[in-house]
Amino acid sequence: MATQPQASGRPLTVLVTSLKWLGSRGMLHLALISLMVLWSIPTIVMLISSFRDPSDIASSGWWNVFAHPFDFTIENYKNVLDARGMWQSFLNSLVITVPSTLLTILVAAFAAYAFAWMRFPFRNALFLLVVALLVVPLQMTLIPVLRLYANLTPGAELPSFDLPVLGGTIGGGKLFGKESFVGLWIAHTAYGLPFAVFLLRNFFGALPRDLFESAHLDGASDLTVFFRIVLPLSGPAIAALAIFQFLWVWQDLQVALVLLGLGDPDLHPMMLSISTLVGQFGTDYQLLTAASFISMIVPLGIFFALQRYFVQGILTGSVKG
Amino acid sequence: MIGRRWWVPWLWLAPTLVLLGVFLVYPSVDTIRRSFLDTRSDSWVGLENYQFIVENPRPLVADTHTALMNNVLWMTMFTMFTVAIGLLIAILAGRVRYEAVAKATIFIPMAISFVALSVIWRFMYEFNSDIGTVNAVTTGVGGLLRDAGMDSNLSEPTAWLQNDGSPQTLVTDAGPDDLPGPFQINNFALITVGVWNWAGFTMIILSAGLKGISTEVLEAARVDGANEWQIFRRIIAPILTPTIVVVSTTLVIQTLKTFDLVWVMTGGRFDTDVVATLFFRQAFVVGDFGVGAALAVVLMLFVVPIMLLTIRRFQFQEEIR
Repeated sequence: MATQPQASGRPLTVLVTSLKWLGSRGMLHLALISLMVLWSIPTIVMLISSFRDPSDIASSGWWNVFAHPFDFTIENYKNVLDARGMWQSFLNSLVITVPSTLLTILVAAFAAYAFAWMRFPFRNALFLLVVALLVVPLQMTLIPVLRLYANLTPGAELPSFDLPVLGGTIGGGKLFGKESFVGLWIAHTAYGLPFAVFLLRNFFGALPRDLFESAHLDGASDLTVFFRIVLPLSGPAIAALAIFQFLWVWQDLQVALVLLGLGDPDLHPMMLSISTLVGQFGTDYQLLTAASFISMIVPLGIFFALQRYFVQGILTGSVKG
Repeated sequence: MIGRRWWVPWLWLAPTLVLLGVFLVYPSVDTIRRSFLDTRSDSWVGLENYQFIVENPRPLVADTHTALMNNVLWMTMFTMFTVAIGLLIAILAGRVRYEAVAKATIFIPMAISFVALSVIWRFMYEFNSDIGTVNAVTTGVGGLLRDAGMDSNLSEPTAWLQNDGSPQTLVTDAGPDDLPGPFQINNFALITVGVWNWAGFTMIILSAGLKGISTEVLEAARVDGANEWQIFRRIIAPILTPTIVVVSTTLVIQTLKTFDLVWVMTGGRFDTDVVATLFFRQAFVVGDFGVGAALAVVLMLFVVPIMLLTIRRFQFQEEIR
C-alpha cells in the first residue's frame, strides 16, 4: 500500500517500482509468513509425532518423516484410548464441561438481565463487585471450598443417589466433593460467572430500550421478555460465552485436581489423565502427543464452528464496553 | 421500566449472588483470616506468615523471593511480548489477502489446553538434539558458526527447562553465569510458551481495534505525505491505546493466575516457581495452610491496583453510555 505500481513503460521506473515493492510488500509477506510458520511448528510437531512409531520417535526427529513419508501408524491413538483409559476421560470431560457451560450461561443471563433492565438499590455497586471478582485468583478460593465440600460430604443426611452417565456415575452416593461431578459443575459455574455476567450485561444493556417498553406495554412479563426477546437477540454473545466457558472448563486442571482428587482414575477428566501420563511416561512422547491431540479436537472443532461469533463476542466484552 | 415488586430483581440475581458468595467472596474473606493463623489454622500467629514471605527463611523448600520475582518477570516480559507480537501480526495481517488464514494460524494455540501445551513444549525443548526441535535448531546454528570459524556455546544442546543460568551463557562464556533475580534461561523458555499461547488473543482484539480506524483518515495522511511509521506513530497508536490498555490489563491478570503451565512443565523446580505454584505446593502438598493463605493474599494484593483501574475504567464507560 505504500507504493502502487505505476503505469509507466520506462524500464528504470519499473525497476525502481519493483524494488520498492520488494522493500515493502516483500518484507511484509516475509515477516508475516515467517511468523505463521514459527507459530504452527509446535502444533505440526505434535500432529506428526502422534502418528509415528515409538522407536522412531525416541531415535530421530520429526523432520525425518519427510525422508520416509507415509511411515505412519495409528497405534498410539489406539494405545491411549484403550489401555490408558483416555476414552473414559474424554467422556468424563464432556460430562463435566457441557452441564457446567449451560449452567453458567443460564445463571449469568438471569443476573445480567436484572443488572441491565431492572432498577434496585445498590445495582451499580453490586455489578462492580461482580466485575471485581474477575480478578480474584482461583487458587485462593480452593482451600475454603475444599473444606466446605469436605464438611458437606460425610453427612449421611444428605440425599444419596447414583446416576449412571456414559459409563461413569454422577454422585456416587455423594452430592458434593470427591468422587462427584455435581460439585465440579457448581464450582465451574461459580468461577465462570464474573466474566459471564460482565459480558452478557454489556450485551443486554446495548439492546434498544423501545423493545422492552413496547413488550411491557403489551403486558409481557419479565420471563416472556427474557426468553422471547433477550435470549434470541443475544445469539452471538451467548455463543461467544459458550466457547469461552467451554474452553475454560475443558482446559481446567486445577479445580478438578483439588475438588475431584486423584483417587479414582475412572472419574478423571482428560486434563487430569494427561497430566498423570506426563508424570508416569514423561518421555513417551508418542503417547503424550496422541493424548494431547485428542484433547484438542473438541475445542478446535467448536472454535472453528463458531469462529465468526467468537471474534464478535470478544468485541462485545472488552472493546465496546 | 415497569413497576415490579421490590424482591423481583433479587430473585433474578439470587443464583449468581449465592454462587459468587459461596465460591469467591467467602473464600477470599476466609483466606485472609487464615493467613493470620498457624499451619493447621488452629491459633493466631499474627503476621508470622507474612514475615515468612518477607524473610524467606527456607529458600530450599519454599523460596518466596524467587516466586515473587518470577511473577514480576512474567507480568512484564509476558505482557510486553504478547502485546508487541499480537500488535505486529494484527497490523501485518490486515494488509494481505490471506488475512483469515494468518489469523487462524496465530489463534490455534489459544484452543490448546495448558496440559497439552506443556506436552508439546517439553517435546520441543527436549535435550537430545536428534529429537528436540529447539536444540536441533540451536546446535545447527552453532555448527554453522563453528564451520565459519566462530566458537560459541550454541553447538552444545541446552536443558531449556532446567538451566537457570543467565541467557547470554547460551552463546558465550563471557559475563556472569548467574544473573541476580529471575533472569534465567528456563524462565524465558516458559514465558516463550505463554507468549505462543496468548498472542492470538491480543491479535484478535487489536485487529478489531485497527478495523475501527477509518481508511479515509489513513488515506488522507498518505496523501499529505506521511510515511508508514508516522502513520503508525501519529494515528494508529493513539487510537489503539485504550484497546492496548484493555489487553494488557487482561494479560497481567492472566500472569498472576499463571499456574498450569509452570506446574506441568517444571513443577516449579529449578527456581521457576511463581506465586501461584508456590502457594499451591505450600497449601496442598506441604499442608501449610498459613503460609499458603498468606501467599494467596499477596497474590490478591498484586491485583488491587489492577482492580482499581478496572473500576475506574468501568465508571468512565458508564458516564459515556
